[in-house]
Amino acid sequence: MLQILKARLHQQYRTFPFPDKIPEMAPRYTGRPMIATGTCQNDCTACINVCPTGAVSCGSDHRPVIDMGRCIFCRACEPACPAKLISFSREFSLAARHKNDLLISSSEFKTAEAMGAEIKRIFGRSLKLRQVSAGGCNACEADCNVLGTPTFDLARFGIQFVASPRHADGLLVTGPVSQNMKLALQKTYAALPSPSVVIATGACAISGGLFRGNSEVNDGIGDLIPVDLYIPGCPPNPWTILEGILRFMGRI
Amino acid sequence: MEIEGFRQHLITLTQKGVRLASLFVLPGEQPTMIAIVADDETTELELFACQCGRKFKALTPQVPQAHWFEREIAEIHGIEMLGHPWLKPIRFQPRAGQNREISPGVTDYFEVNGEEVHEVAVGPVHAGIIEPGHFRFQCHGEKVFHLEIELGYQHRGIEKAIPTATPQKIIRLLEATAGDTSIGHATAFAMNYEALAGLKPDKNASLIRSIALELERIANHTGDLGAMAGDVGFLPTSSYCGRIRGDVLNTTGLICGNRFGRGLVKTGGVGYHIDATLKQQILDKLTLIEADLISAIDLIWDTPSVVSRFDETGHVSQEDAVTIGLVGPAARACALLTDVRLSHPFGAYEDYPPAVPLIEIGRCGDVNARATIRWLEIKESLRLIRAMLADISAEPAGCNTTPLKMAASSISVSLTEGWRGEICHVAVTDAQGKLQTYKITDPSFHNWFGLALALRNQEISDFPLCNKSFNLSYCGHDL
Repeated sequence: MLQILKARLHQQYRTFPFPDKIPEMAPRYTGRPMIATGTCQNDCTACINVCPTGAVSCGSDHRPVIDMGRCIFCRACEPACPAKLISFSREFSLAARHKNDLLISSSEFKTAEAMGAEIKRIFGRSLKLRQVSAGGCNACEADCNVLGTPTFDLARFGIQFVASPRHADGLLVTGPVSQNMKLALQKTYAALPSPSVVIATGACAISGGLFRGNSEVNDGIGDLIPVDLYIPGCPPNPWTILEGILRFMGRI
Repeated sequence: MEIEGFRQHLITLTQKGVRLASLFVLPGEQPTMIAIVADDETTELELFACQCGRKFKALTPQVPQAHWFEREIAEIHGIEMLGHPWLKPIRFQPRAGQNREISPGVTDYFEVNGEEVHEVAVGPVHAGIIEPGHFRFQCHGEKVFHLEIELGYQHRGIEKAIPTATPQKIIRLLEATAGDTSIGHATAFAMNYEALAGLKPDKNASLIRSIALELERIANHTGDLGAMAGDVGFLPTSSYCGRIRGDVLNTTGLICGNRFGRGLVKTGGVGYHIDATLKQQILDKLTLIEADLISAIDLIWDTPSVVSRFDETGHVSQEDAVTIGLVGPAARACALLTDVRLSHPFGAYEDYPPAVPLIEIGRCGDVNARATIRWLEIKESLRLIRAMLADISAEPAGCNTTPLKMAASSISVSLTEGWRGEICHVAVTDAQGKLQTYKITDPSFHNWFGLALALRNQEISDFPLCNKSFNLSYCGHDL
């Protein structure tokens, strides 16, 4: 007993006062991509060629567009661009309500707005989520799990991961949705009481990520079930996930 | 080799206690079966092959270690295996060229009949934030007669995607093969690529890879010790370890920006250097982490109610461990000295051999042993990291990014010791020097059956605890 008390004193109070204070990301952390003003060199496709997930494309103004829904934040495009148009910030606020909002073509980004008033009335102060890993590699899963630890203390926001879809207000889906998990995902969604919300977490769930194009996966959630919030990353930093969910709930 | 000679050779080796690291088939008109065996005592690695044809007598009855591998071969290549005791799908993946709809999990299961015998089915979707898999328990009251584990829900077609991908993409695919073992798998691929392309990473790069691998080990062991404490309702350790695990991941994040070490290992070296300032930052972080770990984890063995739940739960005998070919901490908890860092040292481990902890016979094989071994390994990893950090020189760690040609018609095998145990990758190139086959064997592939054995004659309520003491990878198995 004394040992337990001693350990309690040693371990201290460690909950970070988010969102009142903004956590400092590691110096080498890769956050939101930015496209600088300027023009590409003639017919250059260097950034497109080096991207392992096909996240970079050529926009209508012949400048690069980065789809954060596909991006694994590997930075390969950054040094590849001879015109130095692409850079990555340390900004970790990445969640969006619509897939199109994830397309980055400048230094601008439209962060996720809150859920609609009626849904917010129901879920704004308490959101119970069921997590479904559908081919997830356990990195996104680990960064969801960590939200329950004292540093993040998810429960203080009224958010909790629950053990059954029957107890849940929504799903948090990770993974590219393997063919072998498609049915289980649909059934879990059907078992949610309505109204419900769906959060796609990680490049895989949004677009298939690194596995996009493999016949063994569904290239993400796609139109299997409706998605209300997209949280990009490979995996997203836990702060990105928490920040995204809080914005969605209208708490930030 | 002829198949019969192959069989006899494999039987002789495995009866000596040698481990089957991988067994797979190169497809073609004349399918070739390749076995890779690792001898921990002589530290040899042997590769031998035979033309196995489209039908052969199963090896499993005489070589139980081949059980899972033969099921995999039958599923992927449609090769008939006569006399295999339990030939059923392992990933529910359609065979090449087959477009048939497959229902995952729908297959034969062991059944036990009789009064008061009942069956409990769990999954694929589990109650926590965990990957999917299906478990069938045959129970008598609370007692589990047998647990059957059916996976495959996570199959993403990694091995199939590798040959057509660029090396830069392959390494990312391998980082996501089992996301908690990014460094272990990425290093194994980098080693194969380097062997085939004639590259050698410099000393600093080797050191940084190994430091990251040890951080990965500490992070996962810490998380699992916390989860084990949580599974017996001991919340102090559970809550502290969850947070400390994050601190360890953040230390990896200091090196490469990503908490799971994504992008750290590159073919030919590493993507990031550790300079003097960063070195000091890491050392400072480790000091805090170590103090927190001691405070949190020693509580387990200071608390009799926790120890009594860990003790004699989920026992795997040493004999069974050898027979089924357990690897990693699960094997070392059965007093088996098996560790690739020691037997087949790679990268920096040749100069920095770990003092691999073992559990003594008589106290081995249960949850307590697996928990103890993980705590001892954390301490040893901390020592290794400090020793390696001290020897990183100021010269920036290199990385060769120019595309290189791999040796044609060659085969390369790499072994690394991930936190779950031995990771085996085999690369086979064609006449043009392109990857033709890439075979991945995650330690979980060897160890899932160990979990099934651990559950025998246990109470079903002990499942979460036993499961966490192994904490195997679903996606590493399903690929």
